[in-house]
Amino acid sequence: MAEALTLAARPAALRPVWVLAGLACLLAAVSALWMWQGLGGGGNRGFVLGLRANKLAALALVGVSVGVSTVTFQTVAANRVLTPSIMGFDALYVLLQTALVASLGIAGFAGLPATAKFLSEIALMVLLASALFGTLMLQGARDIPRMILTGVILGVLFRSLAGFMGRVMDPAQYAVVQAASFASFNRVNATLLPVAGAVTLLAVLAAWRMSARLDVLALGRDAAVSLGLRHQAVVIAALSLVALLVSVSTAVVGPVAFFGLIVAGLAHGLTRSASHGVLLPAAGLIGATILIGGQWLFERQLGQAATLSVVVEFAGGLFFLYLLLKGRIR
Amino acid sequence: MRILPALSLALIALMLASLTIGAAQVDLRMLRQDPLAMLVLVESRLPRMLAVALTGAALSVAGVLIQALVRNRFVGPDTSGTAEGAALGLLAITIWAPASPLWLRMVVASLAAMAATALFLAVIRRLPAREVMLVPIAGIILSGVVGSVVTFVAWQHDLMQFVGTWLGSGEFSGAIAGRYELLWIAGGAAVLAWLAADRFAILGLGDSVATGLGLSVDAVMRLGLLAVSVVTAMVVTTVGMLPFVGLVVPNLVARLMGDNLRQTLPVVALAGAVLVLACDLVARVVVAPYELPAGLILGVLGAGLFLWLLHRRPAHG
Amino acid sequence: MIEIRAVSHRIAGTPILHDITTRLPEGRLTALIGPNGAGKSTLLRLIGRLEPLQAGRIRVAGHDIATTPTDRLAQVMAVLGQQTLIASRLRLAELVAFGRWPHHKGRPTAADRAHVAEAIRTFALDPLADRFMDELSGGQAQRAHIAMAFAQDTEWLLLDEPLNNLDMSHARALMARLRALVDRQGRSVAVVLHEVNYAAAWADHIIALKDGSILAEGAPDAVLTEELLSRLYDAPIAMGRHQGRPLVLHHA
Repeated sequence: MAEALTLAARPAALRPVWVLAGLACLLAAVSALWMWQGLGGGGNRGFVLGLRANKLAALALVGVSVGVSTVTFQTVAANRVLTPSIMGFDALYVLLQTALVASLGIAGFAGLPATAKFLSEIALMVLLASALFGTLMLQGARDIPRMILTGVILGVLFRSLAGFMGRVMDPAQYAVVQAASFASFNRVNATLLPVAGAVTLLAVLAAWRMSARLDVLALGRDAAVSLGLRHQAVVIAALSLVALLVSVSTAVVGPVAFFGLIVAGLAHGLTRSASHGVLLPAAGLIGATILIGGQWLFERQLGQAATLSVVVEFAGGLFFLYLLLKGRIR
Repeated sequence: MRILPALSLALIALMLASLTIGAAQVDLRMLRQDPLAMLVLVESRLPRMLAVALTGAALSVAGVLIQALVRNRFVGPDTSGTAEGAALGLLAITIWAPASPLWLRMVVASLAAMAATALFLAVIRRLPAREVMLVPIAGIILSGVVGSVVTFVAWQHDLMQFVGTWLGSGEFSGAIAGRYELLWIAGGAAVLAWLAADRFAILGLGDSVATGLGLSVDAVMRLGLLAVSVVTAMVVTTVGMLPFVGLVVPNLVARLMGDNLRQTLPVVALAGAVLVLACDLVARVVVAPYELPAGLILGVLGAGLFLWLLHRRPAHG
Repeated sequence: MIEIRAVSHRIAGTPILHDITTRLPEGRLTALIGPNGAGKSTLLRLIGRLEPLQAGRIRVAGHDIATTPTDRLAQVMAVLGQQTLIASRLRLAELVAFGRWPHHKGRPTAADRAHVAEAIRTFALDPLADRFMDELSGGQAQRAHIAMAFAQDTEWLLLDEPLNNLDMSHARALMARLRALVDRQGRSVAVVLHEVNYAAAWADHIIALKDGSILAEGAPDAVLTEELLSRLYDAPIAMGRHQGRPLVLHHA
C-alpha cells in the first residue's frame, strides 16, 4: 500500500516544480527578447526601452490575469471549457463602464482621475459580478449546460445594452467608453498600469492563498460540503477574484473571449496536476508568455500587430470546439 | 385560434405606423394632393416597410427550419455559423472577383452559408445526444470562429466596413427602392419551406420516425439547408444579420400553438414580421431625428425573451 | 444519535417531505427505504446539509446542523451524494486523501496519510491507487468516493444509494464493510437503499418513507412485513426468511 501511495506522490511532487521552473525560464527569455531584440544604440535607446517596458508590463499583466482568472473560474464552474468571457464577465464590465459614464455624465464621472475611476469601476464590478454569477452558478448547478447558455446569452444582452447606451448617449461620452469595447494589444491603456498591476498582484496572491480550498471545491459541491468547505462563501470569494482580474484585463486591452481557454488548457495539460498551488502560477506564466511571445512575433516579425487578438480568438474558438467534440464539456 | 387575427391586426397597424413615421411628413389621406409625399412613400417608406416585414418573416421561418434540422429549440440562423458563412462568401467574391454580377454574388453567399451550416450540423452530430444545451453553445462558438476568419480576412484587405454592415446589427435605413428587392427571394424561400412544412415537422421527430414514415431524411435536410442559407444570405447582404429573431419567434409560437408546422409556419412568419417591425419602429423613434440599428433593439429584447424561455418552468411536470 | 424534528421540504414548489420527526440511533446501521420519489434521498441530503434546511431542526450527535459551522460538522459526519463526477483529473489516492481535509485543511500529517492508506486498503483499492479517476469504471469510482468518506473518520457516515453502479459481489462487500464499521468500530451509518433486500439483510434499523412521510420505522422484523411492504410499494409482496433474517419476495 505504502508503495502505491509513494508512486502516486512522486510524479505529483516533482513534475510541477520542473514545469513551473521551465515556464518561468521561457517567460524570462521571451521578455528579454521583447526588450532588447533589434534595439539600436543612439540617443532614443532609453525612450524605446521605456516604451517597450510599458507594453511588456501590460501584456504580462493581462496574460497573468486571464490565466489565473480562467483556471479559478473553471474550478468554480466545474467545467474545463468555460472562460469568464464566454460567460459574459467582460461584457458586464463594458456595460458597467458605459452605464457609469452615461448616468453620471462626462463632467462628473469621466472627469475623475483615471485611477479613481478605475477603482470605483472594479469595486462595482466585483459586487455585481459576484452577486449575478454567484446566483447563477449556485442555483444553476443542477443543469450546467443551461447555466452556460444563460451566461452566454447574458453576455450578448450586456453587449447589446452597452451598444444601445453608447448609441443613445452623447458622442463625446461614447468615445470615452468605445475604446474599452474592442480588444487590442496595441493600444494599451498605460495610465492604468500601476494601479492595475497592484490590483492584479493582490488578486493573484489572494487566489493563490485560496488554492487548497479551490482543490476541494474542484471535487464538486456535494463532496466539498461534506468535507466541511463553506461552499457558497468560497464560490463567491473566487468569483470576486475572477471579476477583479477580468476588470483589469478588460480595462487594459479590452475583451478577450477564448484566450483563457488555451491558457487554462495548457496549464492543466502541462502540469497534469489538480493542485491549484501549481495550476494558478502555471496559468499565469503561460498566459504572459503567449501574449508577449505572440505580440513579438506579430508586431516585430510579421508586421501585423493588429491581428494577434483575432488569431488568438480563432485558435481559442477552435480549441473550444475540439474540447466539445472530445466530450470534455462536463 | 385567435392568435392569427390578433397578429394580423398588429401587423397592419405596425405597417401603417412604419409608413407614416419618419423625417418627412407623410399623411396617407392626402397622398393624391402631395406628389412629394407620394415619392417618399414609394421610394423609401414602402420599400423599408416591406424589407422589415420580409426580413422578420423569412428569418423566423428559417429559425423553424434550422431548429427542425438540428432538433433543438435553442438555435437560430444567427447562432449556427450561417450568417458568418454568408459573409465569408461575400468577402471571398469581393476580393477575388469584385466585378462579378449580383446574382453570382448571391449564389456564392448562399453556397458559403450552406457550407458553414453543414459544418455546424456535422459538429453537433458528434455531440452526445442527451446534452441539449451543448448544441446552441457549439453553434455560438462556431459562429465566433467563422466570424474571426471573416474579421481576419477583411482586416487584411481593408474591408472591415463591409463586414460591419453584414454582421453588425441589422439596419434598415438603407432599404430604399432598388436596394431591398433581394429580400423577396428570402420571402420566396420561406414560402417554399411552407410548401414542405409536413416534411420538416416529421423530420423534427427524429431520423428513425422520419425513415419509418417513408421520408427521405437526406433530401429534406438538403431542402432545409438550402432554404435557411438562402434566407440568411439575402438578409446578410441587404440589411445585415438580425440577432435572435430566428431563435425567439419559433419558440414563442411553438409554446402557444405547438409544432404542427403547416398550421404554425404562417403564424411564425407573421409574428416575425410583427416583432421586427416593432423593433424597427422603436429604433426610429427612440433617438429621433437619428436612428438606431433595429438589430440593437432586437439584441436587448431578444436576449431577454430568450433568457425567459430558457428559465421558465416547463409546461408539464 | 441524529434527531430530526418537524422537517418539511419543497423543491421548486413541489412538497417532497411532510413534517418528518424521527431519530436515527447511534451505533447502528440505519437504512432509508421507499419507492421512487418518496423523499429518502432528500432526507439524507438534508441531514448531510447538502440541501439547505427549509423547516424543522436536525441535530447530528448533538450538533444543530443549521448553526454548527460546516467545517465542524465535517468532523462529525461524512456524507456521500449520488453525484460523483468530478472536474479535476485526480488519481484515486489523491481523491481519497481529500477525506482528511477537514482535519488538516491543506497540511497533511503522517497520521492523515496513515488514515488514507487504511481507507484504500479497507476498500481493496490498492491496485487502483495510482489510476486517474476518469480511467476507472463506475463501480470503482464509487468505491473510491466511499473510501474518501471513510477516510474522513467521522462518527456518522451518510451514503446516498451507495450500491448504484456496484455489481452483486461489490455491493455485498460494501454492506459487509459498513456492518463491520458499526460492529467493530462503533460508528453509525445511514444509507439510502433502493433494493429493499439489502436493508433486510444488513440493517439494524429501517425507516420506510412514502410520499414524503414516514410509513414505518424500527427493527427489520417489525418494518418488513407483508402488509407494510405491500402498502409501501403499492404491490403485493410476500415475505420469506433466510438465515434468520427477513427476505422480500416480489415475484408476483
